[in-house]
This record gives sequence, structure tokens and C-alpha cells, in this order.
Amino acid sequence: MIPEIGTLALLIALVLTALQAFFGLAGAHREDAVWMRTTSAVTAGVFAFVLAAFVILVYSFITHDYTVEYVAHNSNNELPLIYRIAAVWGAHEGSLLLWVLILTTWSLLVSRLSKGLPDSFRARVLGTLGLVGFGFLAFTMFTSSPFTRLFPTPADGADLNPILQDPALAAHPPMLYMGYVGTSVAFAFAVAAMLSGRMDAAWSRWTRPWTVAAWMCLTLGITLGSWWAYYELGWGGWWFWDPVENASFMPWLASTALIHSLAVTEKRGLFRNWTLLLAIFAFSLSLLGTFLVRSGVLVSVHSFAADPSRGLFVLGLLLFFIVGSLTLYAIRAPSLQTDGGFAPVSRESFLLLNNALLVAAAGLILLGTLWPLIMDSFNLGKISVGPPYFNTVFLIPMLPLVALVGVGMHATWKRASYATKGRTLGMFAIGGLVLGALIAFACYGSYGVPLTIIGFGGGFFLMASALWDPLLRLWRRQPQARAAVGMAVAHFGIGMFVIGVSGVASYKIEKDVSMGPGDTATIAGYTFHFNSTNDARGPNYQAREAHVSITKADAPVADLTTQKRQFKIQSNPMTHAGIAVAWNRDLFVALGDDLGAGKWSMRLQYKPLVRYIWLGGVFMAIGGLIAILDRRYRRGVVEPVTVEG
Amino acid sequence: MTPRQKRLWTLIAVLVGLGLTTAVALKGFESNLQYFYDPSEVHVGKAPTGKSIRVGGMVAKGSVVREPGNLQVQFVITDFAESVTVKYTGLLPDLFREGQGIIAHGQLKDGVFMADEVLAKHDEKYTPPEVAKSLKKRHEGMGGTAPASEPATTTEGTPR
Repeated sequence: MIPEIGTLALLIALVLTALQAFFGLAGAHREDAVWMRTTSAVTAGVFAFVLAAFVILVYSFITHDYTVEYVAHNSNNELPLIYRIAAVWGAHEGSLLLWVLILTTWSLLVSRLSKGLPDSFRARVLGTLGLVGFGFLAFTMFTSSPFTRLFPTPADGADLNPILQDPALAAHPPMLYMGYVGTSVAFAFAVAAMLSGRMDAAWSRWTRPWTVAAWMCLTLGITLGSWWAYYELGWGGWWFWDPVENASFMPWLASTALIHSLAVTEKRGLFRNWTLLLAIFAFSLSLLGTFLVRSGVLVSVHSFAADPSRGLFVLGLLLFFIVGSLTLYAIRAPSLQTDGGFAPVSRESFLLLNNALLVAAAGLILLGTLWPLIMDSFNLGKISVGPPYFNTVFLIPMLPLVALVGVGMHATWKRASYATKGRTLGMFAIGGLVLGALIAFACYGSYGVPLTIIGFGGGFFLMASALWDPLLRLWRRQPQARAAVGMAVAHFGIGMFVIGVSGVASYKIEKDVSMGPGDTATIAGYTFHFNSTNDARGPNYQAREAHVSITKADAPVADLTTQKRQFKIQSNPMTHAGIAVAWNRDLFVALGDDLGAGKWSMRLQYKPLVRYIWLGGVFMAIGGLIAILDRRYRRGVVEPVTVEG
Repeated sequence: MTPRQKRLWTLIAVLVGLGLTTAVALKGFESNLQYFYDPSEVHVGKAPTGKSIRVGGMVAKGSVVREPGNLQVQFVITDFAESVTVKYTGLLPDLFREGQGIIAHGQLKDGVFMADEVLAKHDEKYTPPEVAKSLKKRHEGMGGTAPASEPATTTEGTPR
């Protein structure tokens, strides 16, 4: 009975989203105050019913209701409570419901937290979000209902895929979806701007915090995913250029470009068309990502059950929104054009370059991701585009970007002069490179790969450049805007990230060895002692466990345990790595197979500076959060802004 | 600048940008596209020797051989029409086992595939699509002498 209530709730929500779209768009068009007010009420209703459906699914998982097919396939009597809840978004149907829930949450937030917006504008934004919600609710209802019943009812469930039974993975999809789906808010603002013909500084000021909020969640979601893949997939990599990783990374690049372009649109009233286009791109790339993950057209560790009808449905949605918004863009964008000059060296031109490089990177990654599909559909052979391609095409636009960020942060609008700051920036750059070279030779004993010192140097340069202004102001006790501090913190995070990547890429050591109890192996000066091995058991698995202690110059460093887990229901084995974390490196040991003769295969890894990759991501997200809290976004009334030209 | 000149410069900038991007893409593609071959294609000599490629198929039952205590392993992958011997040194993925569809990266040398990486997906029901497709094709080609375990063509994996 309860699952049917869930289906009913979804059905009601579906009808309500149609009303939300209708009242929002038609109400704004007719300037009907009642219809526009109704939109906000309906939006709250949609949220309530989707939330109800979601809670019912959670309840079904908690109570082991195996009459529900989705629960039976993804849960188990012995599955711990936290993972029964996380299992709600552990596969296609439930994660789609989460997608919709997050969309309606964003819609609700927009309707509640945008008192400064003109009614007609808010109605158009909510109407557009209603349209998106309608599409995805229909998708959920008609191709992927999580409430489908299963007869005969099994006594026990098929269990959640073991690699998903992990705390980081419980948090990763919701965070990622917050970001993914959050791009729809920027999209809805863009559509509303095009429909109303209104796109002024106030528009950018309303749009910016929402876009930054989505970007922040996307940043955290991707960071969590990378961290999870690192320790849970057991092989110590932090990024694989897997199609689904790319699917989340492309919208990230587009929204990063968008938040920078929005800055120009707000402060100078320029780049309006481009900003609209980027908002459309970011959302389209999110939809494309959804399509790639859901349709199973690409080979990926993430691929959900392949079902052609699902792929077609998402493809339809994708085409509808892309074609629709681009058509609207073609009609309306020319009328939003503004002119305003800026010198070749100015904040505007730095941000333009930033956008060009980010979009180029996104385009190249898109090409690499889709290329196997294109080749296959023209029968030109089955190919895969490997990490080397992505590394190359990503580094080429990104290296200049790191330098540009460090310099461009200090540019002023319209015309920038480096007469006073140039010297200091030059010293930062040289100092960074020297420090980089020192670290390379003194700590790691070699210059690494050709880009190592440039990577370290660029990272240090960026960190120094980012901290310079805020520290100076702090020292002089000058007030500073939170937006500026946020920017500095986020750019500081990029610097950390670059240093982390340079360290790992240049000096990591990975070694597969055959070891038995009593054996030792040494990498990077760390000696791994295989002490003993025994059986162990967890709530729903049995494991072979190995105890390894690590010493450096006979001084103890860490004692690690690594397991090869065998899950009872889904019989896949899974490696649980032992990781010793320190500020400057990770030591990583993963247990492989029984090789006979008392030996085991083991993978030993030394990962210098790897933590700064994720710490950098966290800093970027914190920077975004600080920027959102800037005072000017919280003024109730939007004052007229003069756009100096 | 007149608006006309400005448009011209914008156009030039966009074209230069696109040109550079294309150049970067082509450069990236140059040596980084890996072709996939199934054992039958390897058998008839379609697959190049000494070039980095991917081969895939089912790990043949009873074919995994290793000296006790040694990291080196040898196994046979098959599409039920032909098979290829694969040699690999290192840790095998968690889901590697006989009867499982896998993909190996590496080079062909004297008819033996020297793998530098072996991939099996993170789900027991999963067969890599290329492998599934190849098995289906070979299976039909043999007029229905069905392999003992029909590979599942559904891909079910993990969300992230």
C-alpha cells in the first residue's frame, strides 16, 4: 500500500509541475498577478509531494520492503542502516528520484529566497524550472519508477553493490546532483532573461549567488568522488577520465566559465550574450551527462542498466531543452547586445581569456568523450580515447590559465596597469619557480617530469598572488568585501590543487610485488613489512586480512591493515586498501590474490602531496561559499545600478 | 574601432581559437586512440603487432596459469570462435576470474598479447559492451553452438 502512495505522490507532483510551468510562463506573459502568485504556491506543493515520495522510498528501504523491486535489487537484511538509506540513490531509479528532489529543492529555494525579484521574473524562472521538473518526473514515472512491485517477493534482497557501501559514496551523489541540477537554476534565469528581454546588472546579481552555489556543490561532489575512487576502488588513482567523470567535469568547466562571465555582466554590463550562452551550455552539458550515464551508450564503471527507452527519453529531453533555448537565444540575444569598451589589458580581457580557455578545455574533453561513439556509429572501428589524450588536451589550455589567474586577479576593470603590482607579481612568479625547483631537488631528488617545476612554481605563484590582497588589507585593517575574499580563497585552492597534481604526477611510485608473511619491500625509502594474515568478518562480508607495518630508516611510520572482502550476497570480492596519511604523502597498500606458495600479490604505493588535490577542491568550494555570503546579494531591494560605459 | 571592424576582429579571434583547439585535439588524438580487437580478428591478423591496442573476451575456463608465488600470470581469452593467450605481470582486478568478460590493454608480440593493464568492471553481471557484442556476433556466426554461459549483455554498474 505504501509504495502505491509513493507512486501517487509522484503522479500528483507531475501534474503540479505542469501547472508550475503553465502558471509561471503564461502568468508572466499575461502579467496576471494571481497566476504568478499561484506559481510559488504550486512550487511548494511539488516539493512536498516529491519529498513525500522520496521519504516513502527511504521508508521502504529501512523496513526491508522487498515487494518493491528496486529495494529487493539494492538492499539486504544484513545491510547496515546508513547504507540502506544511501542505497536509495545507489542505482538508476532512486538516483533519478533524488535528482528530481534536488531540482524541486532548488525551485523551492528560488521561490522563497528571491524576494527582491520582480514577480514576473520569478514566475518565469519557476515556470522554466517547472518545465525541467515535468520532463524529469515524466522520465521517472514512465521509464524508471522506483515503486514498481516485485512478484513473487523474495525473502531477502540482492544487496547493494559492495563498492557503494561507503560513507563518502553516501554523500557523493547528493552533493554532485546539487551541483548538476543547480545549473538548471542559472539556465532558468537565462531563459527568463531572454523571455522578458530584461538583462541588467540586477539580473546578474540575482543569478550569481545561485550559480556559485551550484558550482560549489559540483566542486565538492567531484572532489568527494575523486577521493572515494582513490581509496575505494582500491587502486590509488584519483582521476580516470572515465566518461562519467567527464560528464560531471564538463558542466563544472562551463559553470566555472559562467561565474566569471557573470562577473563581467554584473560589473560592466558586457558579455551578455556570452553569459546566456554559457548558462545554456552548462545546463546542456549536465543533461548530456545524465544522458551518457543513463543510456549506457558509453563504457564506464558507472554505467547503469542499459535500457534503450531510457536513453531515448533523455535524448528527447536533451534535444528539447537545447533546441528550445538556442532558438530563443537566436531570437532574443541580439536585442540584449550592449557595447562598452575595454583596453586589451583589463579585467575584462583576462576574464574573456579565462572563458575561452575553460570552454576550449570543455570542448576538447567533450570531443574525446564522444569520439568513440562517433567512430562506432560510422563503423570506423571500436576505439577508446585514453587518459593520455585527456591529459594532453587538458594541460594545454590549463597551464596558461594558471598563470593568467595569478596575474588577472589584480587587474582593474576597463584598463589595468601593472606599473605598481607588476614587480611584486614578477617576484612571486620567480619565487614560486625557485621554491618549486628547491622542493623538487631537495625533497624528491630529481626535477621529475618536464612540467614538474612549472607545476609547483605555478601553484605557489597562484597561492601567493591570491593571498596578497586579502593579507595586505588585513594588515592595514582595511575592510574587504566577502566576494573578494571568496575569490582569493578559491584561487588559493586552485594553487593547492596544482601543487598536489604536480607532486603526484611527478613522484608517485606504484609497485606490484609478491610477498608472504615475514617479507619486506621498499619504495621511496619506506619499508613495508608484511607481518601476518588472517581471516576477518564484517556485517555482510568475510575477508582475508593482511597486516603491514611500515618503517623508514628503522623508525616506525604506520601499521596498516588491508582486506580482500568477499560479500555474501553479491559474491564480488572487493579490495579495501590500507592508507597511511601524512601532510606530505600517502602510503598505500592493497592486498591482491593468493599466489600460492605462501605468497600474496600486493600493490604498494607512495603518493606524495596527494591530499592537496582534494584539499584544493575543498578550498575552492569554501571560496564559493564565502562569495555567496557577500552583503550585496542579501539586500532586500535591488538598487538601480549605473553601468558605466 | 567601428562596429564592423569589431565584428571582424571577433570573428578572427573565434576562428583562431577554434583552429588552435582543433590542432590541440588532433595532436592529442595522434597517438592516444586505442583500437579494440576481438580474438577472431587477432587470429586472422587484423590486429597490428607492436602497437598499443585493446583486446577483450571471456577468460577461458581453466586457462589461468601462474607459478606459485609469482606475479606473472598467463590466461586465454576467447570469443568462443578463436582465442588469444595473454601474459600479464601485476595485480589483477578484483572481478577478474574465469568466465568473466575482460579487456586488456597492451601489445601483440609473436601471437601472444603482452598486457600492461587488465580491466574487469565492478559488477559480477557486467560484460564490457565490446566484448558482449563480439561474443554475440561470433556466437551467431557459429550457427548456434551456444557457449555454456551466455554472456549477459546488460551493463549494470555503479553510479558515482
